[in-house]
Amino acid sequence: MKIHNSRTQRGGIKLHKNLLVSYVLRNARQVYIKEKYAEIYRMQQYEEVMTVCNEIQELNPLDLDAEDAEEERAACCGEDFQRGKEQEPAYYRSCCMEAPSPCDQLSVNINTHCNTTTVLDLDTHVVTTVDNGYIHQDCCCDTFQCAPSAQSSAKKRKMDFSYCTSDFDELQDFTTTRKRLRREDCLYSCQEFTETSNISTLISIFGSGFSGLLSRQADLEQICSKQALAGLGAWTRAIVAF
Amino acid sequence: MQWCFSQVKGAIDDDVAEADIISTVEFNHTGELLATGDKGGRVVIFQQETENKNPPQFRSEYNVYSTFQSHEPEFDYLKSLEIEEKINKIRWLPQKNAAQFLLSTNDKTIKLWKISERDKRPEGYNLKEEDGRYKDPNSITKLQVPVLIPMDLMVEASPRRVFANAHTYHINSISVNSDNETYLSADDLRINLWNLEITDRSFNIVDIKPANMEELTEVITAAEFHPHQCNTFVYSSSKGTIRMCDMRASALCDRHTKLFEEPEDPSNRSFFSEIISSISDVKFSHNGRYMMTRDYLSVKIWDLNMESRPVETYQVHEYLRSKLCSLYENDCIFDKFECCWNGDDSVVMTGSYNNFFRMFERGHRRDVTLEASRENSKPLQVLKPRKVCAGGKRKKDEISVDSLDFNKKILHTAWHPQDNIIAVATTNNLYIFQDKVI
Repeated sequence: MKIHNSRTQRGGIKLHKNLLVSYVLRNARQVYIKEKYAEIYRMQQYEEVMTVCNEIQELNPLDLDAEDAEEERAACCGEDFQRGKEQEPAYYRSCCMEAPSPCDQLSVNINTHCNTTTVLDLDTHVVTTVDNGYIHQDCCCDTFQCAPSAQSSAKKRKMDFSYCTSDFDELQDFTTTRKRLRREDCLYSCQEFTETSNISTLISIFGSGFSGLLSRQADLEQICSKQALAGLGAWTRAIVAF
Repeated sequence: MQWCFSQVKGAIDDDVAEADIISTVEFNHTGELLATGDKGGRVVIFQQETENKNPPQFRSEYNVYSTFQSHEPEFDYLKSLEIEEKINKIRWLPQKNAAQFLLSTNDKTIKLWKISERDKRPEGYNLKEEDGRYKDPNSITKLQVPVLIPMDLMVEASPRRVFANAHTYHINSISVNSDNETYLSADDLRINLWNLEITDRSFNIVDIKPANMEELTEVITAAEFHPHQCNTFVYSSSKGTIRMCDMRASALCDRHTKLFEEPEDPSNRSFFSEIISSISDVKFSHNGRYMMTRDYLSVKIWDLNMESRPVETYQVHEYLRSKLCSLYENDCIFDKFECCWNGDDSVVMTGSYNNFFRMFERGHRRDVTLEASRENSKPLQVLKPRKVCAGGKRKKDEISVDSLDFNKKILHTAWHPQDNIIAVATTNNLYIFQDKVI
């Protein structure tokens, strides 16, 4: 709302104020994602640890009595929960941190069917789409550079899944794997958030509002922003339209 | 130190015209002149009466000396942007001759104004009548020498230089160099160096605009030249850092000489941490050894030789920390408060809400909250210290946080360079206070 109003204020858009507002939005988003992720993680962790502990018990039905098994289960739960709390989900990953000079091809690969989650990273402006278990990561400015690494990250993820299901003995590795997966998992949880919360992107703030202040990059940014936001909810379209 | 009311300038009625909102206040180098700029683009200059007709406890009063329209609203057709006429800053030049010079700036254009007095006029022209019409040559029968005769004092303001088209973003600061030849102007992303005589070009000395605007993380919020070292200047950022640059190091001062930054206290982290850490003003001390920064909740004093943390921190209105959410809602959290030093750098002053302003005595670690209001405006009435009750039981004469008027804010204050006279701007009134002369 503040960003929208600033476009109609006398004197033009105030860069400083809009930047500060975007920080508030980012902070709110971070908190929301953390909490959402923590909740999902807690649920998942309980299920998985229970599964693992049961499997352990199955493997060593004679060595461990019921009490030890319970303790180990509790230890697993506690340890991983602890790790979950401490670990900062590093969801600001970018496949193209350095934005190149204006790109020729501005196609942005975003799918918006019902089982797709699209997240736009405020800092790096990487659009990440999680579509039926596959991740596509695109940068608004350069699709080509992103594609190969997106592919590799998708492949990596698949591999991780298979890795963890095939190896029961090495709990340590399992949790490490879970940590790697966690980074991508958090993106899944954003689906409701992007649809319902009041996110706005730096692209939409600056791209569509700063026409004339920027150099010729402004046009490209505007196109980028409009396309990038095409995949998001109708409310973001409303901001871009203004 | 006790403060007394001296004068108040401006309209009394509560209905404030937007054009009358004071946007900057500045004493000149002797303190004889006090300039204010407003949202309507006007500059009003007050002059202190030199004749001391009054008893010693009365300091001389300030009366209107000159008023002129400095900036007009403009429209940038190329960018479809309206350019506000609001005067963002006024800076006086040191006086060199009989005339006074000041720089005034709006968002895009800086102007150098000459304010001169005229108290004589010529009379007895041979070819012209008194009203300026040319005489019929045939009617001239004798030759006379024109003489200068006294007239009522007239103060004229004329624009001598216009420094335009150098800033893409909004100008937030100007600062005259100690060399009296150059000055800097700073906008959100760039700082330019000008020569006072040359208007058609300037040097860009700082540019923090990222190659990709989407990567923008901070903007410049204020900049100032060192009072004595003509090669040194500082600029503050929205991230709460201050960078000191030396112009001798390179033409483009993107790499700072010193970086002043205090690590954030993690226990105070909130949604609004970035906003409240944004620095709204930076001022060197008169002696050039310290600088003061103002962020939303505090004033910090930095020793120029120590970059890791400020040497002194004063909380201006810490009771607002728990109200940041509502201050964000009503936009007050974006208010940019200024700060100032007294003549000997022993006291600093800054504004707050409810027309309160705060003074911090550095050596004695004392602070006081005073109020600028019409109720306390009897001549030489001593100002009573005010207190805000943060919570719990409110004592008599205290004001609770919830009853503060956030529309009454003191953003601009100025301190006379030598005497204990202060100018405090409320929304549309200028209050002048002086210390009680015992």
